[in-house]
Amino acid sequence: MVRDALLVAGKDLRIERRSRVALQQIVPFGAIVVMLFAFALDSDRTLLHQAAPGLFWAAILLAVLLAVGRSFSIEEANRARDGLRLSGLDGGSIFLGKAAAVALEMFLLEIIVGIAVVVLYDVSVRGILVLLTSSIAATVGLAATGTVYGVLAGGLRARETLVPLLVLPAVTPVMLGATRSFQAALLGSPSDAWPWVQLLTAFAVLAVTAGTVAFGPLLEEA
Amino acid sequence: MRRLFLAATLLALGVTAVLALWVTPPRANQGFDAVRLLYLHVPTAWVAYLAFGVTALASVLWLIPRTRDTAWDLLAGSSAEVGVVFTGLTLIVGSLWGKPTWGTWWEWDARLTTTAILFFLYLGYLALRRTGTTADERGKRCSIAAIIAFVDVPISYLSVTWWQTLHQQGTVFNEQNKVLIDGSMAFTLVLAVVAFTMLYAYLVMERFQLARLEEGREARELAQAIADRVSADQVEVMPA
Repeated sequence: MVRDALLVAGKDLRIERRSRVALQQIVPFGAIVVMLFAFALDSDRTLLHQAAPGLFWAAILLAVLLAVGRSFSIEEANRARDGLRLSGLDGGSIFLGKAAAVALEMFLLEIIVGIAVVVLYDVSVRGILVLLTSSIAATVGLAATGTVYGVLAGGLRARETLVPLLVLPAVTPVMLGATRSFQAALLGSPSDAWPWVQLLTAFAVLAVTAGTVAFGPLLEEA
Repeated sequence: MRRLFLAATLLALGVTAVLALWVTPPRANQGFDAVRLLYLHVPTAWVAYLAFGVTALASVLWLIPRTRDTAWDLLAGSSAEVGVVFTGLTLIVGSLWGKPTWGTWWEWDARLTTTAILFFLYLGYLALRRTGTTADERGKRCSIAAIIAFVDVPISYLSVTWWQTLHQQGTVFNEQNKVLIDGSMAFTLVLAVVAFTMLYAYLVMERFQLARLEEGREARELAQAIADRVSADQVEVMPA
């Protein structure tokens, strides 16, 4: 199962490496969102500094939608989806592979957007351990949820507009949890973050489990 | 039978309205009539939860192969539609009550925020239902989406509660049960809940019937189109 998942993840990442859509479109998108927030708040340094954790995760959340859309539009082209179904891999491993590829892209994005936030919003980095663990848990949760809804809406005519509407309300716990734990790490005392890291971890576990179970049947007939 | 049920529902709603508007006292410690919104707010919220519970249950029944039936899928959809309307009503009525009582239309309270999330989750579910595919395909996608939405609600509630308790002391939220509930108020509230539950049942029945008819019409039209096509082909073939 792990081997199959790696195979699928490798396929998706190889496509991204060669097409450079993630690098040339999704990363700049994240960066421009970070700049837009600064315009919205009139580039008030103290305000930006205070709001940085929330703005960072809002930017990531918007970018996740693009990454998920991309992850499934590569399956639409040339009816690659049918190839995936005929490959004999089971649904669970395809799900894990696709979610892992999205998660990896998100990590890369988070690093770049994170640097942009540190530079532009005047944030000093502290509580690295909390930042790291909550990012990992949040990213896994986001990637898994996005992938479930991606396949749920896959092949439908209104997929592009439907996925954001389905994903955003579902990931509000991640948005809250990740923002609060970043706030604790960057602005408060990092030990306050642990309940939030627990919540993020629980959400990630649940999303991965749900996806592994539901993905096979959903991929079947779409 | 259905007419009778409708009449009973309307009667119950009418009695509730009379009791709520004229018989029950205005809330003593606040001294105004906004409290009467309670008789709308509590029942609509109850109906919303009930409706989403029915949607989740019907979706589970659709997913279990032994009980799979298109009717469950249609019931899930009908119930969710009514549920979304009542969630919207709950939010609006709550907001109207909040302005004079709390002094604000909206408060980032745990219950309010989760209800708003609930509203959007099921709006998404209804949007998913409207993307035309076959009945089986729709049933599968929507059942799974309904169950995920139903599971997401407690998690959201948990996270929003933490969000509040960690970072906001002294909300304006005043617990309902701090107010001594008067006998006539309690009775009116119970009656209102019963009346709105009946209204829910009636609306879902009507909506379900309509969905059934829509399904039937689609199948008939498809059969008709195929028949037309076949006879047209035969006409073309014959002269040759």
